[in-house]
Parts: sequence; C-alpha cells; structure tokens
Amino acid sequence: MRKYWVLQRKSFSYLIDKKTTLAIMVLSIASIAAMLISIGVGDMYIAPWDVFTALIGTGLDINELIITEFRLPRVLVAFIAGASLALSGAILQGVIRNPLASPDMIGITGGAGFAAVGFLTMFSDDSNNLLLSINYLPIFAFAGATVVAFLIYALAWKNGVTPIRLILIGIGLMALFQALTTLMMLIGPIYRASQATVWLTGTVYGTSWKEVKAMLPWFLGMLPILILLVRRLNIQGFGDDLAMGAGIAVHRERFMLLMACTALAGSAVAFAGAIGFVGLIGPHIARRITGSSFGGLFPASALIGGIMVVLADLAGRTVFSPLEVPAGVFTAAIGAPYFIYLLFKNQ
Amino acid sequence: MAVLTTSNLTLSYGKKPIIDELNLQIPKGKITVFIGSNGCGKSTLLRSMARLLQPKTGHVLLNGKDIAKRSTKQVAKELAILPQGPAAPEGLTVLQLVKQGRFPYQSWLQQWSAEDEKAVMNALRATNLLSFMETPVDSLSGGQRQRAWIAMTLAQGTDTILLDEPTTYLDMTHQVEILDLLFELNEKEQRTIVMVLHDLNLACRYAHHIVAIQDKTVYAQGAPEEIMNEQLVEDVFQMPSTVIPDPVFGTPMCIPYGKGRVVRHVNTPQYA
Repeated sequence: MRKYWVLQRKSFSYLIDKKTTLAIMVLSIASIAAMLISIGVGDMYIAPWDVFTALIGTGLDINELIITEFRLPRVLVAFIAGASLALSGAILQGVIRNPLASPDMIGITGGAGFAAVGFLTMFSDDSNNLLLSINYLPIFAFAGATVVAFLIYALAWKNGVTPIRLILIGIGLMALFQALTTLMMLIGPIYRASQATVWLTGTVYGTSWKEVKAMLPWFLGMLPILILLVRRLNIQGFGDDLAMGAGIAVHRERFMLLMACTALAGSAVAFAGAIGFVGLIGPHIARRITGSSFGGLFPASALIGGIMVVLADLAGRTVFSPLEVPAGVFTAAIGAPYFIYLLFKNQ
Repeated sequence: MAVLTTSNLTLSYGKKPIIDELNLQIPKGKITVFIGSNGCGKSTLLRSMARLLQPKTGHVLLNGKDIAKRSTKQVAKELAILPQGPAAPEGLTVLQLVKQGRFPYQSWLQQWSAEDEKAVMNALRATNLLSFMETPVDSLSGGQRQRAWIAMTLAQGTDTILLDEPTTYLDMTHQVEILDLLFELNEKEQRTIVMVLHDLNLACRYAHHIVAIQDKTVYAQGAPEEIMNEQLVEDVFQMPSTVIPDPVFGTPMCIPYGKGRVVRHVNTPQYA
C-alpha cells in the first residue's frame, strides 16, 4: 500500500494512487503554462508573467483589455473543447472496450458536421447571405451529434447493445454522414463550402465570452456525472458478463455512457468545429501516463486534450502568420509525433 | 438444502432450445461440477444461473428467491461468477482488478472502506498474489492471471461462486493449483462452488456432486463414485471408455478409447 494514500472516514473512503495524483498535478501546471503562453503570443507579445498579473488584476490596463476581451475567451474555448473531446473519447473507448474508438470514428462528430454544413448551405440565399443568425449553428451541430447517437443506439439494438454492433453501426453511419456532408458542400454555394471546410477542420477563431458562457456550465455540469461513471466504466472494461455479475445493469448503463459521450463531444464540436484526433489520442496518451483506471484516466485525458487544442491553436496562429490555420490542422501534427514517441519509449 | 434451484427452466439462443424444462438443485456448501460434451448447454446453464442470460421460461431461485426479480446489486453480494476467458484492460494492476470485486458494496463516496480493504487483502492472500499487487495483469503468467480473476470473485464476498471452465488453457500444474484453491475455499469457508470442467478425472476428484448434461436436460447427477460409469460416458460424450478407480485418489478415472499406439493391453477385454 506504499503507492497509495488510504482515506477511510465514516462517511467516505478512497484509495488514492500517489503516482497518478502527481501526474495530474504536473499536467495541471502544464495546462496553466500552455494557456498563459498561448494568451501572451499574438500580434502584441505579452510575457507569461505579465499575462498572469493582468489576469489577477494587477497588470497594465492595455494588457488586461487585450487579454480579457480577445485572447482569454479563445484560449478557454480551445481548452474546454479539447478536454471535452478527450473525455468523450475516453468514455467511448471504455464502453466499446477498444482503444481505437473515438467520437469522430463512430459518426457522432460526423452527424454534427453534416448538420452544421447543412445549416450553412440550406440557409444561405443566392448572394451568400445567411438567412438565420450564425448563432444557431452550434445548436444545429449539437442536435446533429445527438440525433446520430440515438440512431447508432437504436440501430445497434438487438436484445441489448453489444460493443461490436455499436462500433460497426457507428462506422457505417460515419461513412454515410461524410458522404452526405460532401454532397451538401458540392451542391451548395462555393463560398459556403470553404466556410464549411474551415468548420469541419475545427477552429476557435473569433470566439468570445459568449461561447465560453455557453460551454462552461455544460462542461462543469458534466463533471459530477463523470465522477459517477468512473466506477461503472472500470468494471465494464472487464466485459459484459463480469460487469453484470458484479451488479451492473449493463445495457442501461451503456446508453447513459453513450449519452455522456455525445453531450461532451457535441458541445465541443458545436463551438470549436469538428476538431479531429483529440478524442482518439488524448485518452491514449493519458493511459500511458496514468494506466487504465478511469479515476486517473479521466482527469489526465481532459488535461491532455485541453493542452493539445490550446497548443494547436497557438501553432495555427503563429506558424504561418499572418495567415491563420485552423487548430484542427495542428492537433494531429502535435499529437501524433508525441504519441509515437510514447509508444517507442514504453516498448 | 439447495442454494440454487431451477424450476422448469428453458433456455435458448434464438428459437432453438438449449436447456428444456429443467428442474435442478445445487447443494449448499458443496462443489458441484457440470460436465457434458461441447455445445451441450452447460455454460449456458451456468450463465443463466448467474442471471447473465434471461430464461425463455421458468425461473432460477437463489436462496429461495427468484433471481430475476431481485436487484442485480443484491444478487452480486450473494453470488459471484467468473466467465470463461476474461480479459483485463491494458496495464491494469492486480490490485485494481481485484478491487473491482467490491463494486456491489461501494458508492461514489465509499470506495475503499475498511471492509473493502480487508476483503481484497484476504482474497489476495488466499490466491497467493500479495506480492503481485502492483503487477500489471497482462504481464502475469496464465495461472497467476486466473488466480487474479478468482481473487476478484473472492473479494466479492459471496457464499456462492460460479466458474465457467476456470482451468481451460492452463497446464496441468496450474489446473491442479486452481482446483486446490477452490477446494480449500470450500473446505475452510464452506463456500458453494459450481463450475464447468472439461477434464472428467479432475472433475471426479474435486466435485462432491456431478451434473451430467445431455440432450437439453440432466442425464444424471450425484456423487462421482455413484454415477460415473462407462454407460454415462458413452451416452453423454458418445465415447467408449473404461472407468476405473484412480490408483492414487480412489475417485473414478475415465480412460477414453480411440486410436493411438498400444504398447500393452491391461484389463481392457472389451477393447481387445
């Protein structure tokens, strides 16, 4: 028991892994550092320390204005989107018991993409004006993700839903919605097609406090649910028979887990577009650091996903400056090499 | 006293019945072993007795109460099942695995109570895995891995334990090791053990009660020395054989016929 802290009181008791706790603390510091740096970098460079003083209200007014009005909301949206996608992937990999699962792979992101592109093309007139406010786009995207999740579940149902059916139906739907999205872009106005491409790649360009206010409560509201899911996901990882034997209503729980996964991925995609790869690789990297137990895997996935998108956005703003590249281009560019490095190191 | 009872139990996958109108009683505090040929439904029967499979018709009673009508978490405190060939997620340690056996007793506030700790430590001790607590399950040997899974079912703290082919894929030494472990659990703690085994001789050695399944129902049941004979092996496995007392243990020992090298004939007039 040297590797654990044992907390045993009358009303609560936990077994806390020291190494995992340390890893999560280090990742938290890394997240804050990444955000401070990302906030500081732009047309006007502000040193991380000056960013920090401005954030706590003792810095220069001009810094404070740039930071709180323009840069902070963008970095927050990037972080929350990344954390949500990675958590969503972690849940899905647990449900399907396959490390290759991710929300972009079973069509949840694809459904959001189709709805968003549909919105952009259906509601624009001949002179490329949108007939509905662009503010409705996140609602469409979220609805698209949810509808696809229900569709996957309904189609996969056969005296309960098995992981293998879930993933096969998911892959089928993903292919279908990708095809429909492409079709929509081809028949729609060309101007909208390029806008849609940017959205489908995933970008946090031009986000403001409005997006933060919409995302943050949703994200924070999911956290207690995730804490409840930890134990259930741990035992579901052993397979249906063992989970049922230990007292889990497997099929009902699987539906709840799929919904939690959709809620997280859907909100991220709604505001930051279809950023790929984070949902797959975030939990993978986390697993290399904290192991397979979800108590450590959830926080580590969230932090790593957040860092990935913050850094990807930073790269997107600076590497080809003054041209802005969508963050989604860089999530894979940063995540993949690091992931391959981890696989090599752990052999 | 029966701990598990099936009443008019019919099981099926799709339309084809696998077990038909079965009435069976599992004695309390004994080791019961299901035997039968491949696909005869013995695993299916075991799974339905652990509520993993819904019966088509009929009921399974656990300590006198219908298992389907009780909360699954309550059942998990009285009955544990180890399915065939379980697999753990990559990198999971033995402690993390065995700890999961405490699931039915935990809530999100109580995740490692003193009782949990005691049950897990006892399970690790009984299975001789204390020194492997921090080892990832996937780096254990086959025998150790199976002991880890048994430790998890032990940590569940149930009086009744069901195991589906717990010795499959293990070498002779580890088969005996696993069966010795289960035998001791039964001897020392009077736990009821129900399992499916393929090795008839080991089944006869360790079981108090054997249930032979054939043609969707029970062909014969009872103490191995009372029911095991050439006729049973012929009818249940479609295999001619000789059944003699095991020279070491005295329990029935079955020698199947077939082709193969014959060096010398001893006491096998019907074969010669």
